[in-house]
Amino acid sequence: MTPRRRRLVLVLGILVGVGVAGALALSAFRRNVTFYFIPSQVAQGNLHPGQQFRLGGLVEKGSVSRQPGSMQVHFTVTDLKRQIPVVYDGVLPDLFREGAGVIALGRMLPDGTFQAQEVLAKHDQYYKPPGIGQKLDIRHGEPRDPALDQPPATASAALSQAAAGRP
Amino acid sequence: MAWTWFHRLASPPHIYRVAGRLMPWLAWPAAVLIVAGLIGGLVLAPPDYQQGDGYRIIYVHAPSAWMSLLVYTTMAVAAAIGLIWRMKVAHAVAASCAPIGASFTFAALVTGSLWGAPMWGTYWQWDPRLTSELILLLLYLGYMGLRSAFDDLQRADRASAVLAIVGVVNVPIIHYSVIWWNSLHQAPSVMRLGKPTMPPSMLFPLLMMLVGFTLFFGALLLVRLRGEVLSRERTASWIREALRP
Repeated sequence: MTPRRRRLVLVLGILVGVGVAGALALSAFRRNVTFYFIPSQVAQGNLHPGQQFRLGGLVEKGSVSRQPGSMQVHFTVTDLKRQIPVVYDGVLPDLFREGAGVIALGRMLPDGTFQAQEVLAKHDQYYKPPGIGQKLDIRHGEPRDPALDQPPATASAALSQAAAGRP
Repeated sequence: MAWTWFHRLASPPHIYRVAGRLMPWLAWPAAVLIVAGLIGGLVLAPPDYQQGDGYRIIYVHAPSAWMSLLVYTTMAVAAAIGLIWRMKVAHAVAASCAPIGASFTFAALVTGSLWGAPMWGTYWQWDPRLTSELILLLLYLGYMGLRSAFDDLQRADRASAVLAIVGVVNVPIIHYSVIWWNSLHQAPSVMRLGKPTMPPSMLFPLLMMLVGFTLFFGALLLVRLRGEVLSRERTASWIREALRP
């Protein structure tokens, strides 16, 4: 073995070693590295009562109602299987809208309502000029391929994927 | 021999000359593409149906983020070549990449944060994509810090090369973070299997910016590489020849 070949093997060894270590660490983290929980996961009861967490899902169409004379807003977060009502007192981001992805940080109240302290809107990666394609709502059409050869294109696709057991 | 051009690249006077001659051929197309891409993206492209004009920061953010990954990969490959073939010029390339990559990463983080504030409702979240991109910035800074911690150039080259190679695992993690995990950051719009999720009128300027940024990186790298070679070879006799007006 020439010294050069030995160094080549060494570098490849470092890459393989770090790659395997990284893959193991990431797969171990997979259950814990979850930025948000969807309503179906919340319903499984893995969260402690009163625990602070992020609730993610879609804002159910027609569910947003504002309290006149205050900042309070009520809406329902859905993963198309289960729904959780949310109450929030504050300013909503620009991209918050019915039918779009949302991530709320807060706690479950004893009555089953989610009290949010912070509401973030999730962008759905689709860009288009106003006016065209309004009828055909491309954000909800794409099916999710479980073999990962298609990235989870939409909030709802990501949600259905997550609901299918992959956190 | 098919490999003579490669071996000749290992010669500092040769690379110094080649880099100087090649630089304008990258810099001018880069300038044209970036100006055209900015006009196309900031003026000509239609507003987005949800974000209005706010989405236009993508024309700086996405190319910067792509470059942050491309520059790191270039740096790691150069470092590996330097380590395996004991090629000083390759170490010089890796060392020249780091500040450029750190700048692109910083630009990607800042523009993303400025976009996130109105659109998401937050400047920063410990989301997988955002966190892994921040780690990339720390890798670049760590690489530069490690280099400067050694007085001996050869030790600096070898130690920092190992760090660059180890850190390259972060590159696929950044790219796939939005696919593997629940994240606040959206999935890729262009760098995905299947069709881009934007119309050609928006996509075309973005691609011009991407190619423009890549060429810009190439030009910057050549300028920095010349400086790096000069500083490494400052005692060599060819320098006097090369710097004669």
